[in-house]
Amino acid sequence: MTGQAPVLDIRAVAKVYGEGETAVHALRGVSLRVEQGDYVAIMGASGSGKSTLMNIIGCLDVPSSGSYLLDGTNVGVLDEVRLAIVRNRKIGFVFQSFNLIPRMSALANVELPLAYGGVKAAERRKRALAALDQVGLAQRVGHQPNELSGGQQQRVALARALVTAPTLLLADEPTGALDSKSSDDVMRIFDGLSADGRTIVLITHEDDVAAHAKRVIRLMDGQVVEDVRRSPVGGLPPRLAEVTT
Amino acid sequence: MNPFEVLRFALRGLAANKLRSTLTTLGILIGVAAVILLVAVGQGSSQQIQQNIQRLGANSLTISPSTSGGGGGGGGGGFARAFGGGGGGRQQGSGPRTQAKALTVEDARALADPSGAPSVKSVSPVVTAQSQTATYEGASHTIPQLVGTYPSYFETSNKPVVKGTYFYNDDVIAARKVVVIGNTVAEDLFGTVDPVGKQIVVSGVPFTVVGVLKEAGSSGFQDADDVAIAPLPAVQQSLTGFGALGQILVQAKSAEAVDSAQAEVTDILNQRHGITGTATADFRILNQATLQETVSAATGTFTVLLGAVAAISLLVGGIGITNIMLVTVTERTREIGIRKAIGAPRGAILGQFLVEATVLSLVGGLLGVLIAVIGAQFTIAGVKPVLVPLSIVLALAVSVAIGLFFGSYPANRAAKLRPIEALRFE
Ligand SMILES: Nc1ncnc2c1ncn2[C@@H]1O[C@H](COP(=O)(O)OP(=O)(O)OP(=O)(O)O)[C@@H](O)[C@H]1O
Ligand SMILES: [Mg+2]
Repeated sequence: MTGQAPVLDIRAVAKVYGEGETAVHALRGVSLRVEQGDYVAIMGASGSGKSTLMNIIGCLDVPSSGSYLLDGTNVGVLDEVRLAIVRNRKIGFVFQSFNLIPRMSALANVELPLAYGGVKAAERRKRALAALDQVGLAQRVGHQPNELSGGQQQRVALARALVTAPTLLLADEPTGALDSKSSDDVMRIFDGLSADGRTIVLITHEDDVAAHAKRVIRLMDGQVVEDVRRSPVGGLPPRLAEVTT
Repeated sequence: MNPFEVLRFALRGLAANKLRSTLTTLGILIGVAAVILLVAVGQGSSQQIQQNIQRLGANSLTISPSTSGGGGGGGGGGFARAFGGGGGGRQQGSGPRTQAKALTVEDARALADPSGAPSVKSVSPVVTAQSQTATYEGASHTIPQLVGTYPSYFETSNKPVVKGTYFYNDDVIAARKVVVIGNTVAEDLFGTVDPVGKQIVVSGVPFTVVGVLKEAGSSGFQDADDVAIAPLPAVQQSLTGFGALGQILVQAKSAEAVDSAQAEVTDILNQRHGITGTATADFRILNQATLQETVSAATGTFTVLLGAVAAISLLVGGIGITNIMLVTVTERTREIGIRKAIGAPRGAILGQFLVEATVLSLVGGLLGVLIAVIGAQFTIAGVKPVLVPLSIVLALAVSVAIGLFFGSYPANRAAKLRPIEALRFE
């Protein structure tokens, strides 16, 4: 351990939807620490609370109880203005359904988080183009989402998530809507990012996808039932390690 | 996130749905243009009517016979007819009517007696010969109103001469066939030739033109310049005969004296026509000042009414904006969720939708002003609209306020959403 605070430190987080007899306990006290540079896959049956956990980690939702430290700061006590800044600077979120803004070019979509972050137009453009280049879409910057394939849209979404150089990259079933070829493209990008030292947490149903991660966590009924480390935090992700050795 | 950026997002949002934005703008445009234009038309018609009344002459009373059978001379100016029912010092009673007497030159003389009517400055008896054909060297023109009267008529009825001269008392006494013609008559008969000193023939009788009246302009009902004025006996002798008068025009000594003049005139005529107690008078007196008050009150109401109708259409336009903004926000809830998920602050979301609503209403408002200003250059329903600057400022301010007010509710709703709620929205 490096001694610095973990990127993610979740303590006994629970989430209850609804009240009384119809209440759904989506999370029943989950505790989790993720170090800088780790590459975590969260698996589990449908309805086990994976997305619920991910939305809390991404500051899109608030837990019913428990605390959550992101990069050492307790986000539970932040006001709406600070939360917006955290979402903008510290977190990059990739959704299963891409969630690009329609009728806006790929470039404009990728520039958007920088615009909200107050980055100047010229700088913004440069960084957005670099991010799109990184996901292999340098040729498609002017296309609108409806002019792109699913795989390409997901790569644009990925570029949008990493353009702000966030502390934490989150992905809720990023390959859930893609075929195996597109899935491979996307996962290769994640591997590359991990090799560069970025911290990644992703949800998946597929063992193939989970095999890319350094650590696999299994959820069941809102609780962590398994936490397996496949390769060290500091090293290369397993798939890249195979290739190089 | 600077304001320029917010504006850019808002414009992009509007451009994404051009037809809808255009239709919403159109709603506001029509509202604003209607307010400005209708108020301008109301103002224009009210000014026109005021001018028409002023044309009757300052401090003047117009006396006309009140029975259709009583007067032979065919009644006075078009104005007295058109508005006789609307106002003025009309004499009314409920008792039995005595034998109606016509207005005569003797009546006029009695009114001119300073001992009986000290408030009266001058009295002009009037006969009118309708539709007289005048010719000059082959040119022919039908004069709708040939007035026979005294020289004081020019002052009382506010008809100055610009070319040549008036006729004088001498001309009246000698029944000289001289005539002062209106601008329309002069143009039709003489074209560019100077009419003064020329002889025209009216229904076979030769008249010498001594002067041309100053242009008064069209009044909407009739052309005030299409007249000719000649000495009373000359017209009676050759055209109308020495019967009853059409009108008697009385000028009071001052604006304050108008009411006392009206009382004196009423007394004298009642006496001369043998009207006592409850009997209904056989004449009526039109008081220019009273008429003006009545009419300006009426036209004021008219303008307010037009403005109110237009204001309703502006309000409807505003509701249109709310509706569109609500639809837009609902339709774009997911988009709002995405924007918040990548770190859009509440202010940026609020700003974007508020600016969208304001731009819609401001563009609509400005175009509405433009169209109203262009529209006001044309004559609408016989009225030349007169733009009221206050109505422009007000309509524009109201349209922007509507955008802000009606846009803020949906915008606020959008900005308050939690990211996950917005993202899950179906
Ligand atoms: N907004 C909500 N209101 C009520 N219950 C909810 C809500 N969102 C999720 N749940 C419930 O919480 C539980 C966990 O849901 P969650 O979406 O986290 O599952 P998941 O592990 O992501 O499943 P999947 O693999 O199918 O995506 C489920 O039982 C679900 O019905
Ligand atoms: Mg899920």
